[in-house]
Amino acid sequence: MTFRVHVRVVPRAGLLDPQGQAVEHALGALGFGGVGRVRVGRAIELDVAAASRDEAEAHARQMCDRLLANPVTEDYLVDVEEA
Amino acid sequence: MQRVAVLRFPGSNRDYDALTAAERAGCEAYFVWHRDRHLQGADVVILPGGFSYGDYLRSGAIARFSPVMQAVQQHAAEGGGVVGICNGFQILCEAGLLPGALVRNARLSFVAKPVDLVVQRTDTVFTAAFATGDRVRVPVAHGDGRFVADPHTLDRLEGEDCVVVRYLTPGAGIEANPNGSERDMAGICNPAGNIVGLMPHPENATDALQGSVDGRGFFKSLVAWPALAGRR
Repeated sequence: MTFRVHVRVVPRAGLLDPQGQAVEHALGALGFGGVGRVRVGRAIELDVAAASRDEAEAHARQMCDRLLANPVTEDYLVDVEEA
Repeated sequence: MQRVAVLRFPGSNRDYDALTAAERAGCEAYFVWHRDRHLQGADVVILPGGFSYGDYLRSGAIARFSPVMQAVQQHAAEGGGVVGICNGFQILCEAGLLPGALVRNARLSFVAKPVDLVVQRTDTVFTAAFATGDRVRVPVAHGDGRFVADPHTLDRLEGEDCVVVRYLTPGAGIEANPNGSERDMAGICNPAGNIVGLMPHPENATDALQGSVDGRGFFKSLVAWPALAGRR
């Protein structure tokens, strides 16, 4: 089966995220009040062939640990759906 | 004569600068393509600055999987010299040869200007020709130069004398530190001192035309280091 995997990579909490700060300031300048804790990361979509949803997620997590995210500076979230 | 291999990745752009600086310091320098699997008897490998693979995903993240990096890992494990400059430093961190990571500059903008550094450790492959406390002026040119690591790793780097050069901060705080690096760390090494990474570009301060020749000492170090390290 093929699964569509959505990976979200975000700067680790506590790590200064100047991009997030800049976006937060820009939103404030546009008049969007009450916005806080903006973090800018990246989204990665991929199709993964696997026997099950759990297997697809396990593969995706390995990909994150080895390449898609930097274990020193980033956290990631993995969502899996049937493609 | 020291044999110095300068690696070339797609997107390397300080490769000629590093090669020329090494040659002028008296090394026998040559290029090695990232697909090669042999370092041709190198004593020291230099990973030069640039934007390998367009900095896709993260700076240095793709280059670390180049075929030549297996040879670099082995060379490093055998005690051979490995120097990463700017993008090369990013690659060494991504490859796990040095701890920590280099992320977007604290003030977001790309910085390209001379900075003042103070040499902290002098028995490394890239600082053997200096004395502790020497001050040098060399340029930086990077967008992702903020060195970060968890506090435990930063303590360990300081405790094991693995901070090679720091940004000189006459005042305190962020004024002279061009990118917000933790504890003003501009260059670090492994405990043995045979693997060194630094963000500034000493190869671009080796000729009077470049405005400073302070960078020459880093390349003279390539020659001075073997005796110091007890090699050959």
